[in-house]
Amino acid sequence: MAAPQQQKLKVNGPVAVTANRLTDGAVVWRTKAGGWSVELADAAVVTTADDALALLAEAGQRDLDAVGPYVAPVIVDADGALAPGNLRERIRVAGPTFELPH
Amino acid sequence: MYAYDEFDRAFLAERVAEFRDQVGRRLSGALSEDEFKPLRLMNGVYLQLHAYMLRIAIPYGTLNAAQLRRMAHVARVYDRGYGHFTTRQNIQFNWIKLEELPEAMAALAEVGVHGIQTSGNCIRNVTTDQWAAATPEECDDPRIWAEILRQYSTLHPEFTYLPRKFKIAVTAAGHDRAAIKVHDVGLRLHRNAAGELGFEVLVGGGLGRTPFVGKSIRDFLPARELLSYIEAIMRVYNQYGRRDNIYKARIKILVHEIGAEEFSKAVEAEWAAIRDGALHLTDEAIAEIRDRFIYPAFETRTDQPAELVDALADPRFATWHRNSVHTHKVPGYSIVTISLKPVGAPPGDATADQMDIIADLAERYGSSEIRVGHEQNLCLPHVAQKDLPALWAALDAAGLATPNVNLVNDIIACPGLDYCALANARAIPVAQEIAKRFADLDRARGVGRLHINISGCINACGHHHVGHIGILGVEKNGQEFYQITLGGRADEHAQLGTLLGPAVSYEQVPGLVEDVVDTYMELRAGPHELFIDTVARLGVEPFKERVYAAH
Ligand code: HEM
Ligand code: SF4
Repeated sequence: MAAPQQQKLKVNGPVAVTANRLTDGAVVWRTKAGGWSVELADAAVVTTADDALALLAEAGQRDLDAVGPYVAPVIVDADGALAPGNLRERIRVAGPTFELPH
Repeated sequence: MYAYDEFDRAFLAERVAEFRDQVGRRLSGALSEDEFKPLRLMNGVYLQLHAYMLRIAIPYGTLNAAQLRRMAHVARVYDRGYGHFTTRQNIQFNWIKLEELPEAMAALAEVGVHGIQTSGNCIRNVTTDQWAAATPEECDDPRIWAEILRQYSTLHPEFTYLPRKFKIAVTAAGHDRAAIKVHDVGLRLHRNAAGELGFEVLVGGGLGRTPFVGKSIRDFLPARELLSYIEAIMRVYNQYGRRDNIYKARIKILVHEIGAEEFSKAVEAEWAAIRDGALHLTDEAIAEIRDRFIYPAFETRTDQPAELVDALADPRFATWHRNSVHTHKVPGYSIVTISLKPVGAPPGDATADQMDIIADLAERYGSSEIRVGHEQNLCLPHVAQKDLPALWAALDAAGLATPNVNLVNDIIACPGLDYCALANARAIPVAQEIAKRFADLDRARGVGRLHINISGCINACGHHHVGHIGILGVEKNGQEFYQITLGGRADEHAQLGTLLGPAVSYEQVPGLVEDVVDTYMELRAGPHELFIDTVARLGVEPFKERVYAAH
């Protein structure tokens, strides 16, 4: 399976740009202000392929904060709150789906 | 155990210093991600879904107590308190921060462990039988030969940039616990009629996208010729192997395309030119490596000592003993498997506390030695039988005595979509759910030996092709689906499983596996016919009819 970075971009709904923080790999989202946030709520959301590509290009200009940026689906609910758009992104946001050993 | 020399230690310290510098330059921006990625991979550092992962090689699966304790330390201080033992005799830490990686690596290097050659297109960690030097079945200690290969392949300039990664496995026992037939090169050490040691050489095995069972290209290679012959194989591969297409670059594709016979001829021709050269192993060179392996000073004991016989009156101990304790070559000793598959837990994970406990127990009862097997369990290879009751009590108290080794809930599973950036579907929770269906271990014991292997994508890290029941995660319209195969096996009779039928959803998998097992229970010729033998006798059809009718 190819990682999303290697796949053709398909946009049919709201999307955001996500990556991993350089220092610790934490999941981060591209913000409207052109930075990165660990909160999905801060993500800049776009709905067309052109806008997504522009956001991605801008995010990729500097690779010192976050690495491997790609476009990921998100869900916007009636109140405008954001949720991850598929299982992969849900796991990236919430961690493994089972209890970790402790 | 193998005693590393000063060169190894100095070399590791140097590598850590080098990596520390590289991380520093990456964090400062002097190195770009494109420049840094190959460097981190060369040190076993991956980026997963939500964190960095550090993969540490455990050469031929052998650890001492100090090394395992250091792993516990790394898990506790730099990770989230646990580690994951993999099918390649590695351990992986899933939550390490890039900033802290050099510290973690330095801590590991002090005890001689590292992540070199756990990634990249090089000769990877050579794997072998976790019962090496303990099982009565073997003709020699296979780790001697794995170590000779390790020294030869470590940083061999020509082999750092192969067309693709390269995996070698060695066994010296009749029963293959190292899955040598599904490695790029598999080596089976045996003795010829004259009593001389030599290897049967298999090439072109492997799983992944295009699975193949390795083909034998030589019945008997005198052991001392090992390196020149491997070098000849590597040269042929380096020369003809495809670099244009990553999916066709493994040696298995080359062997498949030109045929084992042609491949063998090319190797023999290459070998004829170099066999008497510098790679010819002298008796002295072999003896020197042999001498560096330290064996326990076995005492004169007898089997079935009174302490053991008395303890066997306890049914819980007796059940564990029947399941997890195996025959040792020395009277009065046993091999003990430690199940890392407590029912409902992620397969192969051990907490830092458990690692410390196992290290203590190994020191106390097992000559300070611990082994890692490809089934994602650990093993204490040399335990005096009189100590088994005390060992069991301590393991049991730490949740490490689940008597399910080789049973239906001793499941091999890759990290899958819960960790891995390449995954289509989850693997660990599928394993947990199946294991729970058979939580009644009396039922699982009634079913007998049954290996379930689960991979979250076609890369086959969970060896699904060679599971008696193989489960492969695929994606369909953004949903997790699973293909089921039956009849695969990874031992000396290695073969790939046969597809049972259409893929099923995540929710359907545990029930389907239960139906497959129930069908076996009905169709088997008797309690002594193993699942794998029933499938071999009847094929998948009767299973398919029953299982899909029910779903
Ligand atoms: C995030 C972690 C991992 C990544 C990114 C990863 C990636 C890969 C990839 C790309 C391959 C296929 C290479 C090929 O066919 O040429 C592969 C093969 C393999 N991986 Fe992993 N893997 C990961 C974790 C694991 C784990 C945890 C295990 C053991 C439980 C494992 C065991 C294997 C094995 C045994 C193969 C070999 C299949 C073969 O070559 O025949 N991997 N891995
Ligand atoms: S099989 Fe696929 S999902 Fe599983 S660890 Fe390997 S690459 Fe990841």
